[in-house]
Amino acid sequence: MMLAQVEIRDRSSASCVADNGFCPDWIAHHLDRYWDPLGQHVYLTVVSVGLGFAIASALALLAHRWRRLITPIVNVTGILYTIPSAAAFFLLLPLTGRGKDTAVIALTSYTLLILFRNMIDGLDSVPDEARDAGRGMGLTQRQLLWRVEIPLALPAILAGLRVAMTTTVGLAALAFFAGAGGLGQQINSDLAFKSNVVVASVLCVLLAAVLDGAILVVQRLLTPWSRVA
Amino acid sequence: MLASVLSQFGDAFEFVFTSKESRSGGSDVGGAQLLGLLWDHLSLSAVSLAIGIAVALPLGVWLGHTRRGTFLAVGVANVGRAVPSIALIALFFAFLGTGFTNIALALALLAIPPILANVYVGIRQVEPETVDAARGMGMSALQIVRRVELPLALPLVVGGIRTSAVNVVATATIAPLAGVSSLGDPIIAYGVYGDAGRLGASMVVAALAVATEVSFGLAQRLADPLPSRRRSVPA
Amino acid sequence: MPAALEFQDVSKHYPGARSPAVDGLSLRVEPGETCILVGPSGSGKTTAMRMVNRMVEMTSGDILIDGRSVNEGDPAELRRHIGYVIQHVGLFPHRTVLQNIGTVPQLLGWPRERIDARARELVGLVGLDPDLSQRYPGQLSGGQRQRVGVARALAADPPLMLMDEPFGALDPITRDHLQTEFQRLQERVSTTIVFVTHDIDEAIRLGDRIAILRDGRLVQEATPAELLVHPADAFVEEFVGADRALKRLSLLRAADAELEPAVAADGTGGATLRDTTPLDDALAALLQDADGRLTVVDGDGHALGVLTLDAVHAKLRVQDQAVSPG
Repeated sequence: MMLAQVEIRDRSSASCVADNGFCPDWIAHHLDRYWDPLGQHVYLTVVSVGLGFAIASALALLAHRWRRLITPIVNVTGILYTIPSAAAFFLLLPLTGRGKDTAVIALTSYTLLILFRNMIDGLDSVPDEARDAGRGMGLTQRQLLWRVEIPLALPAILAGLRVAMTTTVGLAALAFFAGAGGLGQQINSDLAFKSNVVVASVLCVLLAAVLDGAILVVQRLLTPWSRVA
Repeated sequence: MLASVLSQFGDAFEFVFTSKESRSGGSDVGGAQLLGLLWDHLSLSAVSLAIGIAVALPLGVWLGHTRRGTFLAVGVANVGRAVPSIALIALFFAFLGTGFTNIALALALLAIPPILANVYVGIRQVEPETVDAARGMGMSALQIVRRVELPLALPLVVGGIRTSAVNVVATATIAPLAGVSSLGDPIIAYGVYGDAGRLGASMVVAALAVATEVSFGLAQRLADPLPSRRRSVPA
Repeated sequence: MPAALEFQDVSKHYPGARSPAVDGLSLRVEPGETCILVGPSGSGKTTAMRMVNRMVEMTSGDILIDGRSVNEGDPAELRRHIGYVIQHVGLFPHRTVLQNIGTVPQLLGWPRERIDARARELVGLVGLDPDLSQRYPGQLSGGQRQRVGVARALAADPPLMLMDEPFGALDPITRDHLQTEFQRLQERVSTTIVFVTHDIDEAIRLGDRIAILRDGRLVQEATPAELLVHPADAFVEEFVGADRALKRLSLLRAADAELEPAVAADGTGGATLRDTTPLDDALAALLQDADGRLTVVDGDGHALGVLTLDAVHAKLRVQDQAVSPG
């Protein structure tokens, strides 16, 4: 680690870089070294959140039926959520070794609490009278779930997905601890060089913004009634 | 395979509780030495959290009371989530250099979004009629905040502080990357502490984070003036 | 074809409850009739209604629809052939008005065009503005929502309809409008209706027959007029209200009373009464008139006769003799 003090002197490439400064020239020429880490980062984020979504959905459907499961599930996913990812990566190392899989497992478990809670809350927020009317009209339990409850729970579910997505982007920056690459690896490879840190960080935030925006668009498309009410 | 896993965790436990000579020779590591690191970790976290609260609380109260800036409060929280903690540490290190204060500032910045969002929502969701009645009784704005809005918003506020506290404790783990000592030393400076050290420190950090979450959770429950309510905002 | 409904000694015991929610209810509703279940809260009227479509399972006894027990077969299947309207409507917030109305036909597998046509037809039938067809429930007023709720219940042309305090959550003016609409609907739609309310005035206004429930038991079952003239006991008398006489008048029209011959020289000062005016409103108008006399006219303005206070009073007395206990 470099503990030397840094100053910004003139902006010409060579000396700028030597001084670990913020150098637009350098950035423009070396952008391509960020593509691979970005790709890894996208992979880690999307796969982890996707997996988390699948697991949380299964848990939520079960807990929606058998309410007693809610507390234990919240407790377990809560602990998984609380364990700092840096620690989590290393705690998993003996079990799953270095690499992408370890990182994905840790990141996935982090998303479970947020996703599960939002899904359950979403399902619970369906108005009772809609449920009563649905049953009274002859919808079976399953039809009620898929045609009424889940659509009405979508806003909450998608809100949870957005939070999970942006949080995971941030956390995936530490995945390099598990040997999984990502933009964090890039940052860590040259921690004192401002240009490097700034570019990698900006890419992270942009990635999060894009993913967040994408889900927002999906939400707008899937839930037209929530806009006009 | 199971035997190897168990032995690794066994070594890690041993690291946590007994002190022995480091791999690279020289000073002792493990055991009591960890207490020093624990203290470093806690003091860094506490200072950062305090700064974060000092900034986010008044700001959130002001925004919530005057009912403006939803976009700001929520937007900051959203973007804040996405900024990688390591980037924050790295940026502060890169632009300000090393040192306890600098890194504490970085962590404080990390702590602000959840507190800001929760304080804002907590204050805003106090029924307008309640505030109106208070104003009608002749309370000044400051009195309304202190006696009506804050007490009612307290569970959410504590909830936000709780989220931030856990985030800060977690992130303090990578402070050694910027030259500031914490429980993350064995994780970052792998060579000195070895596998057992790294795993042991991870366990301690995890336990510390869970302890923080639980104790603030307790505080949150105690802070509730209306015990029948539950739920925190999706932070 | 409207269905016949029969409760046969139906009871509902909730575990841990001191007394049954419904206790040995026996009641028959003829096809096409509107039977109103009235009673104070806790009388078991809603429970009784909900046992018909098995939203609540009965503990003992049986309920027959056209002779067939409701306990046979799948409850979901049963419910698709029974209209169901509840107080807070329960429209699906994520479906448009037309989609809501088409819910049961869709469950029954009707073709798209038929569902659409039927939904639009019903929008007209319940008096809803067609421009609202593609709106979501969140954009509708309470009264509009309830109209959609009724349309939704009628969509599959059910032989039987259950309505649980459908107008209870509305403001008095809207409620009055919808009650009037409901009366119109009753004439145009042939279905058997079981209607629950705690409002005796609503029951008298809308019902063909009224069943009064108390503590889970049937206390009296009669036509509105019989109920008003011959309440079965003190409870019913009190429940019906001290203004029974006025309520009875509300069931009659101005033209029903014995009118004095119309006089060419107008002795009533110009004020007139339509022949269709309910007698209680007519009474109020008569009391305001200086002489207590008003000319009754028909839709074209022709004078049919003169109504007096005595004639109103006499009408009640005649009715006393004509109506026999139910």
